[in-house]
Amino acid sequence: MRTRLGALELTNPVMTAAGCGGTGRELARFFDLTKLGAFVTTSVMTQPRAGRPTPRVTETPSGLLTAMGLPGPGIDSFLERDLPFLAEQDVPVIVSVAGNSLEEYAEVARRLYDAPSVAAVEVNLAAPNVEDRGRMFGRLPGPAADVVRAVRVATRRDVPVLAKLAPDVGDLVTVALACVDSGADGLSLINTMAGSAIDADTMRPALTGVSGGLSGPAIRPVAVRCVYEVHAALPGTPIVGIGGVATGLDALEFVLAGACAVAVGSALFHDPTAAPRILRELEEALSVRRIAALADAVGLAHKPTGYVPPQIGPAPAGAGERARERPEEPKEKP
Amino acid sequence: MTLVAPAVAERFRPGQFVALAVGGEHTARLARRCFAVYEVKPDYGGTVELVFDHRGGADPGTGWLVGRRARDMVDMVGPLGRPFRLPRDPVSCLLVGGGPGAAALFALADTLRRRECRVHFLLADRSAPAVFGARSAQRIGDSAAVVTEDGSLGDTGTAGDVLPRVIEESGADVVYACGPTELLRAVSAVASRYGLPSQVSVEEFLQRTGACGTGLCMACVLPIVGDDGITRMVRACSDGPVLRGDRVRWGDLGTIPFDALGAPRALGGAL
Repeated sequence: MRTRLGALELTNPVMTAAGCGGTGRELARFFDLTKLGAFVTTSVMTQPRAGRPTPRVTETPSGLLTAMGLPGPGIDSFLERDLPFLAEQDVPVIVSVAGNSLEEYAEVARRLYDAPSVAAVEVNLAAPNVEDRGRMFGRLPGPAADVVRAVRVATRRDVPVLAKLAPDVGDLVTVALACVDSGADGLSLINTMAGSAIDADTMRPALTGVSGGLSGPAIRPVAVRCVYEVHAALPGTPIVGIGGVATGLDALEFVLAGACAVAVGSALFHDPTAAPRILRELEEALSVRRIAALADAVGLAHKPTGYVPPQIGPAPAGAGERARERPEEPKEKP
Repeated sequence: MTLVAPAVAERFRPGQFVALAVGGEHTARLARRCFAVYEVKPDYGGTVELVFDHRGGADPGTGWLVGRRARDMVDMVGPLGRPFRLPRDPVSCLLVGGGPGAAALFALADTLRRRECRVHFLLADRSAPAVFGARSAQRIGDSAAVVTEDGSLGDTGTAGDVLPRVIEESGADVVYACGPTELLRAVSAVASRYGLPSQVSVEEFLQRTGACGTGLCMACVLPIVGDDGITRMVRACSDGPVLRGDRVRWGDLGTIPFDALGAPRALGGAL
């Protein structure tokens, strides 16, 4: 089930979301990383960062609220230790980059220029802009476009640049347009949404950072709305759908809204084998609907009622039953 | 709670833990709950036994586990984390446990016994009902001391109060501990004073802060001093839960020490 993100062709559309796949070593214990369409790294910055103190994750209904403070090894250690490991895994590596200033983004991108195993660069536009009172770059079209341009200039022409946007903005479509105009080859939608939780026992904020990013199925409707709106405005731009993808049908929902790939985030914390399972379920969901290629399903929700997508031959007899009978992959269950 | 999980039982080594999903297949609770393993048995192809205390517990996830009945299915990942390091020679080992955390020490005691080590127990908690495994400790240990804060069982006081005496009486060469953070802190301090190596399982810290148990979510970080003297924030789940007691900066748990690698101040004020 191949798909394309600009110049980058992926063998399948299921990727990890930035910051949710660790260094790759943690996931490699649970499944072969080649089963992923692409591995997206934790956001890499110029310097190593310890992040925020604990508690930095709290459980909310159908979601997780996290205030990590972008912990990471820094570009030197990433190039020395993490990237070589991922390169050996034979999986396309999409490096998420972040910075506190325009120069830091560009610096990280420049350092990645010579690294041969980088398949694409994802620009994390939710990083706090130190020059703008710590508000995120992706909040306004201007700063978002500046960052994307800086990274685009510092990145090899054949390596696609994806802009990852958070939904907490006035007008997401305008920000998305600005990013594409300044050189983004694709968009990753969406990053976490801002939220807070108060611990009723301690009567204090549940997170050290007070507010954090909400992820998980709780934000899926918001993410699907964002993908739908942006695909309607920019139908030719590849979109990676992110936000609460936990099953193959969730992934299909994003595809129908206009995404040509999906990234799995907090579902990996709940079920480390989620990514290959979601891919399997998505393939099944497409075959039940007699859709041969993923590309035929991308943005179908935008088509008028009654539109029939290109279909594969006669309906597979009892496709639904077969899908149900297929035994689950053995899991460590008591 | 006893779970039939042959693959986990087969690979388990003392000190490792398992991560359980709570709330069933369509749960709204995404975080996993991490529990130390009490023991594994070959029954039914391999079972895993866990001990947890839900009395007065506010976590509905653990409450859900308490409500499971025989033959219910539970989603478990394991064994996870690094086990206790074992001594090469038969030495005298002191195992200090607090509350349900003491459960993790019994599988260790069995393994140490097989290596012909002498095994001494010290169990501590607030009051008699909270002390786990006092009887078993007496049965399998060369010696077993119990200390409670209210004096309802054994001596009165905390583990830290009686630890020097127990170390001297048992002639311990190495100290293992699992339980509340305060207990681990006291054990590490006393062991260092006596020049003994200490291995502590930060299971309780992991339960409180962790969300996945697999190292992916990076929620359960704590400051550890490395061989090079540099403090790093490591994950309690995948770099632990067993850590060298003298390497943990107990006073700085729940903070990012200013001299830690990547600490905000080291960056020149960013964030």
